[in-house]
Amino acid sequence: MTAVAVLEAAPSLSTQARWATIDTLTIARRNLIVWYRVPAYIFFSVVQPVIFVLLFRFVFGGAIPVKGTTYVQYLLPGIIGQTAAFASFGTAIALAQELQKGVIDRLRSMPMARSAVLTGRLVADTVRMLITILIIVAVGYAVGFRFTNGVLPALWMILLATVFGIAICCIAAFTGLAIGDEESVQSFGLVWLFPLTFVSSAFVPISTMPGWLQAFANNQPVTHVINAMRALALGHLPVQANMLKSIAWLAGIFIVFIPLSVRAYKRAA
Amino acid sequence: MSEGSSGRAIVVEGLTKSFGDVRALRGIDLSVPRGTVLGVLGPNGAGKTTAVRILTTLLRPDGGRATVEGYDVVRDDAAVRRVIGLSGQSAAIQEELTGKENLELIGRLYHLTWPDARSRAAELLEQFDLVNAADRPAKTYSGGMQRRLDLAASLVGRPKVLFLDEPTTGLDPRGRIGMWDVIRTLAAGGTTILLTTQYLDEADELADTIVVFDHGQVIAQGTAEDLKGRIGGDIIEFVVPDRTRIEDAAAAIKPIGEGEPHVDTETGSVSIGVGGRGSDALIEAVRALDAAETVTHGLALRRPSLDDVFLALTGHAAEEDGQPGGKRRGRRGRPAPATDSKGKTS
Repeated sequence: MTAVAVLEAAPSLSTQARWATIDTLTIARRNLIVWYRVPAYIFFSVVQPVIFVLLFRFVFGGAIPVKGTTYVQYLLPGIIGQTAAFASFGTAIALAQELQKGVIDRLRSMPMARSAVLTGRLVADTVRMLITILIIVAVGYAVGFRFTNGVLPALWMILLATVFGIAICCIAAFTGLAIGDEESVQSFGLVWLFPLTFVSSAFVPISTMPGWLQAFANNQPVTHVINAMRALALGHLPVQANMLKSIAWLAGIFIVFIPLSVRAYKRAA
Repeated sequence: MSEGSSGRAIVVEGLTKSFGDVRALRGIDLSVPRGTVLGVLGPNGAGKTTAVRILTTLLRPDGGRATVEGYDVVRDDAAVRRVIGLSGQSAAIQEELTGKENLELIGRLYHLTWPDARSRAAELLEQFDLVNAADRPAKTYSGGMQRRLDLAASLVGRPKVLFLDEPTTGLDPRGRIGMWDVIRTLAAGGTTILLTTQYLDEADELADTIVVFDHGQVIAQGTAEDLKGRIGGDIIEFVVPDRTRIEDAAAAIKPIGEGEPHVDTETGSVSIGVGGRGSDALIEAVRALDAAETVTHGLALRRPSLDDVFLALTGHAAEEDGQPGGKRRGRRGRPAPATDSKGKTS
């Protein structure tokens, strides 16, 4: 027999904080192992974005004129932003699955930090997103993309893409927990994520869209974030205005959707 | 166990919970002595799962109070979580991880060190006969193995009180028997167990005391024998193969029994309580059915089962408005409405 004593006395606050961190890392580790073992997840988070890069670079790219730069330069920041946003599918689907299968019930009935299910999920998804982004940058370099604004701005671009992806994951976590059904979550993800990422400056200049669509495309967060990323990556574009708008949007998303996700998680019981 | 373990592991008083207009629990009282097994029996939608979810701190009650090992499930919820284990209706395991990894993960979340988590996992794999499958992903397990792994996971923290919500729903007969053995062993080891089930034979097999839930209320409680005693005697039962003659057969048998005969037009079976008159009543039944010129199969006198008890208590069969399948119902523990028409057949 192993000496296992689960203490019944309430632990101190600092112990609780330490455990919350350990629990978060334990859950994150589990999520990454699962991700690594399921071929479909690897496909969606690695192969699909690479296919997108190749598709737009070699198939559609020739037909899309951009001002002041080549299409591959224009494309890469856009694809990175889109990929970061699409990473949130994984968040929503996984949470809905765990809810359906009773995994969340199991974890919530244990003396672990209740927040760790959400924070562990976000930590794992952030790692997953970063890996994907680095792969896209590498593939981008292979097909002609170059960072032309120096190393530091390039790192800032990756950071911005990651924070943006986490923000979208927070929205997705809320939808996953609130809807709670894997297939519905997936369909709903398409409904809001596709217009948001495609009707933006990610793949084509907004000036090529009809006026009514431009009104939407010019005033939504994905455009601001991708414009800022593009400016950071390429250097010859104005960065400040887009950066401020991006930060405002991202802060707004966090302020609204973190509490909503936490509430949905508590109610999911 | 020793004298020191006397007392109540679970006390529930006047517990209520509603989901919108649905009153899932309408004032439940329960009292479970330490080291005993309580069987909570009832059809889907009776409020069993809601009660378990409140007792395991997953859901807050609207009214009433409940304590587990002396801790209030609302005020001391964190303390409750340190003394309980929960195994739900579906296997809440990570299918991509191996059995061993699943248990180690849970051990880590109980804040065991890695070596302790490993040895606890090894112990449980041994105890639940999963050693040979320990390094295979759980998705390759049979339904029965997955449930055993799930139950093992609920025991990692050595709970004093174990909640098993329909532990055998969806399992094949072999898996069910295997699960029963495991539960019996746990009970023999002194763990207090609250077990919900739709299966009357399961409650009969495993529980020291049975409470019967129906529409959010406790409608009966006692030992299996107590409940069977409520029927007050033996039962004559037979099947009428020609369904057009079933009412004639029921009419013929009525004067022999006590009360109305119960007719199941779907299976063609007719049953009636005959009190203590036993074999005399059986002879009369043979004569009456012969006189009515009805052909019957399997005419027999038998002791009442818990099915009969349920029928007598509620006026409906235990499983008639439920889905016998293994699918988890409304994910918020909301009882499936009686009219739930997912078109599921067993």
